[in-house]
Amino acid sequence: MGQNKLTLTIDGKQMEATMGQTILEVARENGINIPTLCQYAKTTNVGACRVCVVEVEGARTLVASCCMPVNQGMVIKTDTKAVRDAQRLIIELLWSSGDHNCLTCEQNGNCELQNLVYWLQLEKPRFPISPPGYPIERTNTMIERDLNKCILCGRCVRACNEIQVNEVLDYARRGSRSKVGPAFDTDYIDSECFFCGECVDSCPVGAITFKQARFQGRPWELKKVRTTCTYCGVGCQMDLNLHDGKIVKVTGNREYGQPNEGSLCVKGRFGMDFVHSPDRLKTPLIRKNGELKEATWDEAYSYIAEKLSVIKKAHGPDSIAGFSSARATNEENYLFQKFLRAVIGTNNVDHCARL
Amino acid sequence: MTNSIDEIEFTDAIFAIGTNTTENHPVIGAKVKRAVRQRGAKLIVADPREIDLVKYATLYLRQKPGTDVALLNGMMNVIISEGLYDKEYVENRTEGFEAMKKVVEKYTPKHASKITGIPAQDIITAARLYAKARVASILYTMGITQHTTGVDNVKSIANLAMLCGYVGVEGGGVNPLRGQNNVQGACDMGALPVVFTGYQPVGSDEARAKFEKAWGVTLPPKPGLTIVETLNAAHEGKVKALYVMGENPMLSDPDLNHAKEALEHLDLLVVQDILLSETAQLAHVVLPAACFAEKEGTFSNTERRVQMVRKAVKAPGQAKADWEIISELSTKMGYPMNYANPEAVMREINQLTPSYAGITYARLEKEGLQWPCPNADHPGTKYLHINRFSRGLGLFTAIEYIPPAELPDKEYPFMMTTGRVLYQYHTGTMSRLSQGITERAPESLVEINPKDAKKLKVKEGQFVKVSSRRGSVQAKSTVTERVPPGVIFMNFHFKEAAVNLLTNPALDPIAKIPEYKVCAVKVEAA
Repeated sequence: MGQNKLTLTIDGKQMEATMGQTILEVARENGINIPTLCQYAKTTNVGACRVCVVEVEGARTLVASCCMPVNQGMVIKTDTKAVRDAQRLIIELLWSSGDHNCLTCEQNGNCELQNLVYWLQLEKPRFPISPPGYPIERTNTMIERDLNKCILCGRCVRACNEIQVNEVLDYARRGSRSKVGPAFDTDYIDSECFFCGECVDSCPVGAITFKQARFQGRPWELKKVRTTCTYCGVGCQMDLNLHDGKIVKVTGNREYGQPNEGSLCVKGRFGMDFVHSPDRLKTPLIRKNGELKEATWDEAYSYIAEKLSVIKKAHGPDSIAGFSSARATNEENYLFQKFLRAVIGTNNVDHCARL
Repeated sequence: MTNSIDEIEFTDAIFAIGTNTTENHPVIGAKVKRAVRQRGAKLIVADPREIDLVKYATLYLRQKPGTDVALLNGMMNVIISEGLYDKEYVENRTEGFEAMKKVVEKYTPKHASKITGIPAQDIITAARLYAKARVASILYTMGITQHTTGVDNVKSIANLAMLCGYVGVEGGGVNPLRGQNNVQGACDMGALPVVFTGYQPVGSDEARAKFEKAWGVTLPPKPGLTIVETLNAAHEGKVKALYVMGENPMLSDPDLNHAKEALEHLDLLVVQDILLSETAQLAHVVLPAACFAEKEGTFSNTERRVQMVRKAVKAPGQAKADWEIISELSTKMGYPMNYANPEAVMREINQLTPSYAGITYARLEKEGLQWPCPNADHPGTKYLHINRFSRGLGLFTAIEYIPPAELPDKEYPFMMTTGRVLYQYHTGTMSRLSQGITERAPESLVEINPKDAKKLKVKEGQFVKVSSRRGSVQAKSTVTERVPPGVIFMNFHFKEAAVNLLTNPALDPIAKIPEYKVCAVKVEAA
């Protein structure tokens, strides 16, 4: 065993761990399920929600497994009555302190709170349901916020500060009046928010959602297609979320790894309206009497082929040029330069690399 | 990029020059910010504008637009005179050091300060921060390249990086961040007037013979024309036909009045696009193309990573993928291109392009691959020039500072610099159709320093008229310290305030890139 290695027991099973790992990390590596809400990979473990509590032999109280580093010889239990009672209490408190109405929630079926209610087999909370009654923020087209559904896990705060480092979101007020938002408790649109959407992807419940996706398909009806963003040169991997043949929203996926590790920016996230724009070109057009008129593909190809042949014959291949595209695929750029070089016979091919 | 995006987060120091990273490459911007906030990396930002990244910087250098060579030479002067450079690296891995050193000797911090407007002490501090780092990464974009001295600027950056031994090491490198999804791929695929795929020169008999054999034709050795040269040739009547696939020169090219005349001179203008762009409106034939979400293929990102593009939705109406259109037109012209799908095209690319030889769809299904990837078992290349530069020894170039082509004078007293803003993209054809984005950035804004605004009696939000020797536009002003006195900034996203009516078409003599970052203008309250 290496210097940094140690052994411990979780739920009666002996396992090896590395110094510095948390109980949660070791449990997950070994296929033991400990529920979490506030824990969010690649951000600080804050131990805010306490859903991940476990029993540690010799410890005075239950401990938050997301924050507790492992020690040699630790004996941990994840499914005792004390643990489940604590988890039930936490979930019932969260449930009762918000407006968690799954009937109308966009995240129904994709909600970590809902999953925990079901997993803990809770019929209803033992406390009266009393949501804070905040107005729903619908002052921009991109992100909708319903803080009545917020469980104050702080994932959005950490996503904003530790992943995107935009430093826009934080907590305001205290105790039961705590809420999350930009400085001075303004709406996103009136704040310094850059609309990267990291907070939406990080939200475990339906508090922060994509406004344009509202009522455009339930989570289980959406089909996700992984692709590469079409804006800048970073090449972010993203999921286009489809319903009825339309893109309804764009989400990041942290499992895709480099180059963007699940993060996106405002353009990749909210700049896809153009795909389904009524302004899209739908048929070839040929200019006749000064105006562009609809034509068939055959007419368009014939027109171009004939003109190019005549010009090439009269003025030589170098009288023809092509601008390829930094927006098109590799395969298309390859074929475009091949067309100019092999079919026309000129090296007059360039694209906007310089512009 | 010589290095990879993920290395930026774990390097010791970052020198960002001429890159507004958080707005133009936000996800890379986040990595830079994480490096600073979470790992204590040193960040030096050099930009005439006080961009958002400055908030995170250890040191901010505000150089006058177009004086980058003087700044870089000044930093190298300090690094050499204080003996902070990597002598072993310079000796073993590079050549041309003595000639470079001789030129750099003149650029004392005091001299460099006079040219750049940066305090001499800050140049010294920057030099030390960069040179004393364990490893440092240089990030740059068009703020470096869009100058008549663009090539000089890039070579100066390479000089600086090699001087400190930061090329060919993890976390280091010379890292241009590319602005378009597949500008790297378009270059890799030979959509350039002088090279075939993988930068094999058209002037090389060997390269031509290879492609002639593969394509079954005779190929011309004569280099072709660049975009700006093509438009000039069209203006002169030498180029008669132009086929434009997914480009919008009517907003993106310098001196738009001239560009429009050039396009109107053509006997045939074919535009293949997803929308009726400003350029398409002038075309004889417009071909409707599928967009990225409606087809298969690959894009190559700024770190040379080739990644899959997947079909998610159907193209509208009769629109077709660009690869289908080119194939069908070629076939119509008597040169059959019968590719079953983009994968078949990639197989041909694999055969003709050593750096892409091992990049197959089967492998890309799982994850992207960074070229060079010379065979099916090669894992791809995270960073370049390990142990040896592609050309053998790294070449230092002695470079003197040359001022921009057009400087302010009595009639045009302001320097204008151009670029993008976070929310919009390039000529705006796509991003402006987004409702949410339009709420955030609905119109063009001219950034003016409060001192200048006061002199011109211009208030926040008031319309101003900006004119150069080539044209004039009107747009709303935003009065901000982001720009220094004497400099204004405009973006090129909005056709209503087409900034390229004003820009100077003066080109870098080698790269033929226009000087978008500096031209002389006058500003008046409109």
